[in-house]
Amino acid sequence: MGKRKLPQMTLIAVLLYALIKVLSLDSIGALNGYFMIIINRSLIFVILTVSLNLINGITGQFSLGHMGFAAVGAYVSGTITTLVLKLSPDVASSYPIFIGAIILGGIGAAIMGFVIGFPSLRLKGDYLAIMTLGFGEVIRIILNNINYVGGPRGLLGIPKFSTFTIIYAFTFFTIVLIRNLVQSSHGRAMLAVRENEVAAELVGVDTTRYKVLGFVVGAFFAGIGGGLLAHLLQIATPTQYGFYASALLLVYVYAGGMGSITGSIIAAFGLTFLSQFLQLGFDSLSNMTGINFGSEWTMVIYALLLILIMLYKTEGLMGMKEAKLLVIEEGTK
Amino acid sequence: MKPFALFAVLSLVLAGAFFSCGGGSKYVTVGAVGPVTGPAATFGISTKNGDTLAVDEWNANGGVLGKQIKMVFADDKGDPAEGATVYTKLIQQNKVCAIVGTVMSNVSLAGAPICQAAKIPMVATASTNPKVTEVGDYIFRACFIDPFQGTVGADFAYNNLKARRAACIYDLGNDYTKGLAEFFKAQFTKLGGKIVADEGHDHGVTDFKAQLTRIVQAKPDIIYNPDYYNDVALIAKQARELGFKGPLMGGDGWDSPDLVKIGGSAVEGCYFTNHYSKDDTRPVVQDFIKKYQAKFNEVPDALAVLAYDAMNLTLNAIKTAGSTKGPAIRDALAASDFQAVTGEIKFDANRNPIKSAVIIEIKNGQQQFVTTIAPTP
Repeated sequence: MGKRKLPQMTLIAVLLYALIKVLSLDSIGALNGYFMIIINRSLIFVILTVSLNLINGITGQFSLGHMGFAAVGAYVSGTITTLVLKLSPDVASSYPIFIGAIILGGIGAAIMGFVIGFPSLRLKGDYLAIMTLGFGEVIRIILNNINYVGGPRGLLGIPKFSTFTIIYAFTFFTIVLIRNLVQSSHGRAMLAVRENEVAAELVGVDTTRYKVLGFVVGAFFAGIGGGLLAHLLQIATPTQYGFYASALLLVYVYAGGMGSITGSIIAAFGLTFLSQFLQLGFDSLSNMTGINFGSEWTMVIYALLLILIMLYKTEGLMGMKEAKLLVIEEGTK
Repeated sequence: MKPFALFAVLSLVLAGAFFSCGGGSKYVTVGAVGPVTGPAATFGISTKNGDTLAVDEWNANGGVLGKQIKMVFADDKGDPAEGATVYTKLIQQNKVCAIVGTVMSNVSLAGAPICQAAKIPMVATASTNPKVTEVGDYIFRACFIDPFQGTVGADFAYNNLKARRAACIYDLGNDYTKGLAEFFKAQFTKLGGKIVADEGHDHGVTDFKAQLTRIVQAKPDIIYNPDYYNDVALIAKQARELGFKGPLMGGDGWDSPDLVKIGGSAVEGCYFTNHYSKDDTRPVVQDFIKKYQAKFNEVPDALAVLAYDAMNLTLNAIKTAGSTKGPAIRDALAASDFQAVTGEIKFDANRNPIKSAVIIEIKNGQQQFVTTIAPTP
């Protein structure tokens, strides 16, 4: 038996949670609402990036339309909760329904993942990328044309259910579940598909099954992430889930390291914080010097930093390595 | 991680921390939001210019409440998630007393609940979707809403142009154009006109011949096309190629020098509704244009004007309220009766401005002011 390290992970997660909660207390005020919203966004991006990494980094497929899955999750869960809110306006008591809606959103996205997984059996590399890109756009255009969910105006009036605690819990479970999957025999099979499909097939890995599994599980968690995002912002619009957002996720995966869950977590957190701190840094520069630096320049610096990361760490920040905590040790004795 | 990256991150964190210590009560701090990067960047830059001009003027005249005004501008990137973040940043981090912005309706819709919860008044500049101010009583806007513009367009087409048969073509992927077309159709039918063709096109296409062929066959007197200028120019050209002789009509999305540059003679004799016209002779308009040109070396577009108006409106409300407290500013805003560049602004019960629209005709490649249409209650 290997050491599964789940107790350690849980302990650290709970401690981290308590720390953030204490720091965000009004009486301490170290983390105000602004920092909390960045943390919440980072956590959601962790879910989205880790789930994309499962498809791109671990199963070795290529998805350029990952936000399409998130859109399905956002719209399915958003529609359910807005309907429930209309029927019974008591927000506080509807948390179980909310969690159910988020999971249903994930299931909706997983069904889409299943549908998309099939063409991936015949397509590879660039061709698969184009197909998934098309899929993302199809989702966006379909949403644009359904008046019931607001068309291009977006789905409005979504209740604000996504609190830090909820998002944190979902992120924790996502990381644990994907980590366990990757390090199970299924995960090994997925890695084998990535490394060499023919060889994997030869040693008896059902490549079809594992490619589709990668898409289904990845899409499920993307749907969860999308649902949480919609209930954080209280709005879901088709453009939010377009190609640009999908490409951004891909940047996170590459910057963190293909196939490394740790890398995805670091990248999602680091880059979300980076873009915000750049803005704060520019603000204070303007304050100190009295010269007004436009906030538009932050994007230039951000892009330059990304280029530097890719130049000096071609394989991403973590490469394919994992933090010790996320590795299930093989017992050899 | 490489040391340099660590260093970069650390220095940014420090810079961020530095900032949070700064800021005193020497200033009245006002927030402004606009999409200066991303797909709507030109809108954001005009907005920022308008905001800056208004604040500079107030500061030159001694500021407000005896203090200088400090404007903190934040980039929403045209993305609701980023919008929610920067609205929170302005309120929590910069401790602004009011926020002016933003342009796109869906970004404003993400920011509005945050302002409402924090009781910080928000004046959206160009968010025309009716839902924005419905979020709560702290949310205002400086522009007229989609229903008004569509309705005015229909009134003008029916009464002034004597059109009886109208066709619509609009972008299915854009709530703004869709909304305008909806209200145009409703009003035109109500007046007794007939919508002979109703065609949507996908976002980002450049060939509209299929839809236009059906439209031209239906023999309309006028084509209502509330798209943005780049689509409009192409649609106008293609409609002329298919033999359409009558006028096209649209909304404030037409307001760009590029309309004539791309459309050429095809947009000649066409009309659109707008927030203001640079030919309006009222001194407040001419004065603004002169100042804007001196500072930014270009003719202000509607977005710059709306930002300028929204900022002035907000600062004026702070002055009237005599306080930087949210509820006081809110009450002063609700009671505003302000002479702005886009006309006199008063707010109705839904915090939408009651103000007039102007009709502009393209004549000899120039925008020509035709008439002002006052709001009908």
